[in-house]
Amino acid sequence: MKQLNKTNLGWLIFIAVAFLIIQLLVFAGFIDAFYEITLMTILINIILAAGLNLIIGFSGQFSLGHAGFMAIGAYCTAIMTIKIPTLLGLFAGILLGALVAGAVALIVGIPTLRLKGDYLAIATLGVAEIIRIAILNMGSLTNGAAGLSDIPYLTTWQLTFIFVVLTLIIIVNYIKSSAGRATIAIREDEIAAESMGINTTKYKTIAFVIGAATAAVAGGLHASYFSVIRPADFTFMKSIDILIIVVFGGLGSVTGSVIAAIVLGIINVFLQPFGQLRMILYSLALIAIMIFKPSGLFGTKEFTISGLMKKRTPNKKEETK
Amino acid sequence: MSLLEVKKLTKNFGGLAAVSMVSMELESNELVGLIGPNGAGKTTLFNLLTGVYTPTEGSITLGGDTNKESLIGKKTYKITDMGLGRTFQNIRLFKDLTVVENVLIGMHAKNKVGTLDGLLRTPRFYETEEKMKNEAIELLKIFNLETKVSELAKNLPYGEQRRLEIVRALATKPKILFLDEPAAGMNPQETADLTDLIRQIQRDFKITILLIEHDMSLVMNVCERIYVLEYGRMIAHGTPAEIKNNKAVIKAYLGGD
Repeated sequence: MKQLNKTNLGWLIFIAVAFLIIQLLVFAGFIDAFYEITLMTILINIILAAGLNLIIGFSGQFSLGHAGFMAIGAYCTAIMTIKIPTLLGLFAGILLGALVAGAVALIVGIPTLRLKGDYLAIATLGVAEIIRIAILNMGSLTNGAAGLSDIPYLTTWQLTFIFVVLTLIIIVNYIKSSAGRATIAIREDEIAAESMGINTTKYKTIAFVIGAATAAVAGGLHASYFSVIRPADFTFMKSIDILIIVVFGGLGSVTGSVIAAIVLGIINVFLQPFGQLRMILYSLALIAIMIFKPSGLFGTKEFTISGLMKKRTPNKKEETK
Repeated sequence: MSLLEVKKLTKNFGGLAAVSMVSMELESNELVGLIGPNGAGKTTLFNLLTGVYTPTEGSITLGGDTNKESLIGKKTYKITDMGLGRTFQNIRLFKDLTVVENVLIGMHAKNKVGTLDGLLRTPRFYETEEKMKNEAIELLKIFNLETKVSELAKNLPYGEQRRLEIVRALATKPKILFLDEPAAGMNPQETADLTDLIRQIQRDFKITILLIEHDMSLVMNVCERIYVLEYGRMIAHGTPAEIKNNKAVIKAYLGGD
């Protein structure tokens, strides 16, 4: 069993410990109903950011349409669970959402991923808007601008945690495979990648589809936890929110995205008492980070268990490649 | 029966014919040079051969008498897959990746590894991954880069970056290797080392090499045949000795009437 090597075992323990710590905090009452919302937001944001990072940070394609794919997942799950209000309905809804989002990404990706940089950003932005407007006009199925309410509450933070782990495993497995290397090669130098025999359109599309599918999973969990979704929840601003997490954590670092989602989630909680000032302080914090660490918290580096064990200095945990 | 056959190849950029009516043939396992003054259209010709540009006119075919295949209109990655590897005039390594990763990316297309195998971490994934890594390190050993396996490509000294680019191109298992000015920016000693290296590659890998070069000592030393381009036209073709004494070539390089 090569899957059970030292590194993976290390991560397994790490994940289990993280889970237990959250569980303990919940038992001890530190995480009450209010903070649970923060916890859920953080977990869902991790899925969203990791998926977007695969598209932007690893394949190097600048997409601004993540909220659109999240909306597909949210609506698929909402409609499915309203019809079948059981866990089975939830899983079916999330699966359906991921499939639909993946299919849309495939159809949209093949023509648009030939575009580069700003043009692709505009195109994906347009796609997300089309998805939102389509949902807005689907009549009784999506209930228009009022959105869907009374979506059965079927998600727990434990379930979401499992989804986070699964998503991260899929994304990391992809990045650390031959196809993943081919994808990163496109980010590094598209012409060189092409002349290495890599079908660049194919690998850009694969990354885009995986990213879109994970966004749909996050959307499904969001719908099921918050019980109410409206098209207005999935505007351009939502895509920007996710983009901020990705840039803040470091383009090309999955662990960076995870840490960034957690840090930004916690910062948001501490800024709650400041009311309207909150967004200003939040923005200032982001500007400060971009000035002092333009490549994001982690750059393209990853936090690794083996790195932690190798480079252990008495009171400093170092992130190493 | 030639391996690569180029007939009346023309590429116009607007009103400018960067390459016009160029014909050339490459046999298997030979070392051919392509020279010409700056702006003669050498790199354009490379880009036409590797599918970066589509020719305005002319034909390019790969393969012997039996299974000739046209390269016109094929995507670059397909052409690489068919057996045409290349390096770039301005080094285009994957700078933020390690040396071995650069080589592994070159090997990707030939080692049909399933994306799903990678996602699900099947036993087959681990097998091919290990096989590829071993092959990559073997290849790096031939070029004395085995000690730099896990260094980032951008941290290598210039000469080694050039060498790594050649290794990466060889990893695609080409039948023909195009080297675009491999000696650019090298000192005489490095150029001499490169000369040996190119000979060694041709001998050990049994491939055809087409070399674009400005450095005359290198071209005259290693090439069996030389093509000369000027203003997009093929003005001469022959052995190094013939080229040295060709009036048109001397005029193109030194000017005069």
